[in-house]
Amino acid sequence: MSEIPILKIGDCLLVSIQVDMHDRLAMALQDDLTQRIVADRARGVMIDISALEIVDSFIGRMLNNIAAMSRVLDAVTVVVGMRPAVAITLVELGLALTGVRTALNVDKGLALIRSIIDDSEHPDARRAG
Amino acid sequence: MTILSTRMLVELDETMPLRTSDDVVRVRQAVRARAAGGGFTLVDQTKIVTAASEIARNTVDYGGGGELRIEMLRHGQRRGVRLTFSDQGPGIADIELAMKDGYTTGKGLGLGLSGSKRLCNEFAIKSSPGQGTVVTLARWK
Repeated sequence: MSEIPILKIGDCLLVSIQVDMHDRLAMALQDDLTQRIVADRARGVMIDISALEIVDSFIGRMLNNIAAMSRVLDAVTVVVGMRPAVAITLVELGLALTGVRTALNVDKGLALIRSIIDDSEHPDARRAG
Repeated sequence: MTILSTRMLVELDETMPLRTSDDVVRVRQAVRARAAGGGFTLVDQTKIVTAASEIARNTVDYGGGGELRIEMLRHGQRRGVRLTFSDQGPGIADIELAMKDGYTTGKGLGLGLSGSKRLCNEFAIKSSPGQGTVVTLARWK
């Protein structure tokens, strides 16, 4: 078990990373989240990184992995709350996080997850409506 | 600029151990505190802390542990932070290859060295097989 709580809201899992993670903690979170997606039949995962002062290549890889694993398990991951200085640094570092969907805040993140899930369940709804 | 004003002063000099991934976290926090104290902007602080995190992890994971030396520099009106990571690990046989984006001997993304170089104003690496590795980064404000 990682020390980072995973909250369940409906069919979504919410994680807010509030601590400066050492590498083992990041790996534990990745494992826990993957287990919980299956155990809770989650369709969405939201990871709030607004408290993170840096995202280096290790944490970036963890975010990429979580997004890829959740996709395979039929869930969508959205990373929310990235600080502007972190975004600038990430791109310069060479990490574009291309596999990870992002939103500015928790509200927008939940809306994005909702719309992706709805689209996948009712692929014709948007065209018809 | 006169010759006198180009003399570089070291205002602060400290060394910290780098053995475990907890030490990597401590290094991030120490470098953040020094860069903030030195008046670096938030973006510059974030860049130097991120670079420090990458190289510190290399020191622990590939170098078998070592240490970090943090120096606060003054060069005329400019202030800087210089970080020297050293280990007595296996060393790097082909530095040019190790500096390439995406090259890794471990399970990382291969962005540590090349990415850190992009985040700093000065970057130097000294290593040979069996002789350990010394990486020096500096960022000026």
